[in-house]
Amino acid sequence: MTEFLQLLGRNTRTSFTKLGRSTFFLLQTLSGILSVLPRPRLLFNQMYSVGVLSFLIITISGLFVGMVLGLQGYYILSDFGAEETLGVMVAASLVRELGPVVSALLFAGRAGSALTAEIGLMKATEQLSGMEMMAVDPIKRIISPRFLAGFLSMPLLAALFSAVGIIGGQIVGSGLLGVDEGAYWSQMQSNIDFKDDIINGVIKSIVFGFVTSWIALFEGYDAIPTSEGVSRATTRTVVNSAFSILGLDFILTALMFGDN
Amino acid sequence: MDNSVTPQNSLVSVQNLSFSRGNKKIFDDISLEFERGKITAIMGPSGTGKTTLLKLIGGQLFPKQGSITVDGNNVHRLRRTELYNLRKRMGMLFQSGALLTDMSVFDNVAFPLREHTHLPESMIRTLVLMKLQAVGLRGARKLMPNELSGGMARRIALARAIALDPMMIMYDEPFTGQDPISKGALVHLIKSLNAILGLTSIIVSHDVHETAAIADYIYVISEGKIVGQGTPKEIEHSESDWVQQFMTGAADGPAHFHYPAKDYVDDLLSTGKRY
Repeated sequence: MTEFLQLLGRNTRTSFTKLGRSTFFLLQTLSGILSVLPRPRLLFNQMYSVGVLSFLIITISGLFVGMVLGLQGYYILSDFGAEETLGVMVAASLVRELGPVVSALLFAGRAGSALTAEIGLMKATEQLSGMEMMAVDPIKRIISPRFLAGFLSMPLLAALFSAVGIIGGQIVGSGLLGVDEGAYWSQMQSNIDFKDDIINGVIKSIVFGFVTSWIALFEGYDAIPTSEGVSRATTRTVVNSAFSILGLDFILTALMFGDN
Repeated sequence: MDNSVTPQNSLVSVQNLSFSRGNKKIFDDISLEFERGKITAIMGPSGTGKTTLLKLIGGQLFPKQGSITVDGNNVHRLRRTELYNLRKRMGMLFQSGALLTDMSVFDNVAFPLREHTHLPESMIRTLVLMKLQAVGLRGARKLMPNELSGGMARRIALARAIALDPMMIMYDEPFTGQDPISKGALVHLIKSLNAILGLTSIIVSHDVHETAAIADYIYVISEGKIVGQGTPKEIEHSESDWVQQFMTGAADGPAHFHYPAKDYVDDLLSTGKRY
């Protein structure tokens, strides 16, 4: 029993100190963003590796998710003779939920894990320490640009995901299954609300981008500088990001769409 | 013969330093002086915290007790910006080189210049080529760090360390894992850079011959204490058993060959235990 209590106490303490470290890390990162702004080159390079290199996985996944939505939606809606509203269903699912959530999960797997591994290995090979000794703050030079890049890329990637998904749904719905193309688009246009649907979706993806970049960078920065430590940190990034994204999605959805 | 270094002409002065990691005492009340313009070596077996000492001098770690003064500044009392300004005048050569792997050799050497100065790119080019020429690798400027051999990486890191013309350089195990030719090149470089640029050098090493060949003064550290100090010649003729064992590389002596364990026979006979 005492052993159990000891273990519980120790784990609680380590979790809380880690939470404290990560909060402190986040504050440092945020204050470092100011020094990134005069050097847009640093940001653009990171946006390329975090954002542009995720294009392919986001586009292809978005296309397939949209196509599946088109199929499933058609089967259900046609039972009620409401296949004309397929466009609304596809677009609403994508813009509100699947776009932000699935692209954030993919982003965590594709870009987040890469960030953790990169930072962790920089730590293991003394590059961060070396930078400090050259009087260059690694938070400002390495972490903040990557954070900003992740934070800015995420909504763009989510938008891309939703856009491609809607096209995918249209290909299947009106191309293969015979939903009227005009109805697909016009129903979507009249029923999807800019503020309620699109803006809320963008807010979600901004939150996910923030959290995922934070987790990925902190795990890398906090990794034990060995090959095992970096590998564990990378795993934690993906797992913790997934939990945070799904958990936050529930909270955000409850807040945003609660009173409809 | 008076070997004591007077604090007046020492650039780095470590006083009554204690540092521990967990329950393990790394340094126990040690004092060292590093004279201006000289090459001072800190020697001792692996795991005695030699790298830790360099990190303490660079202000990356905080001592439990004692103080470290670099050019009149108490390193651990400085504010962050002051510490960073001091670090611009301190070069450090890491054991691994610590080159930034996403940049070419040229960009690595240019890195501190680009971060800390507003020099035009043409002048940065000239400076970088001069530093690379000094370490003999001007021709390797387009290579990436993963294309370099260990010795080349260390020489590039050295070029980067002298990019801002520091007053001192700290070398962390510069000779470890180097082939004889690279070792020779590094020995020559450390010696000549110290003389030509008027640097103060601190070398942390366990390579007895290379270090003794260039050091002006040597401290031998073991288990948190200074067990011997003096010029290389004095160290060689030291009467301390410990220093003798270290310099000659005898397997057993004051530093035991065996990791502490219980009696061998008892251990073998105590069956039934897994470990």
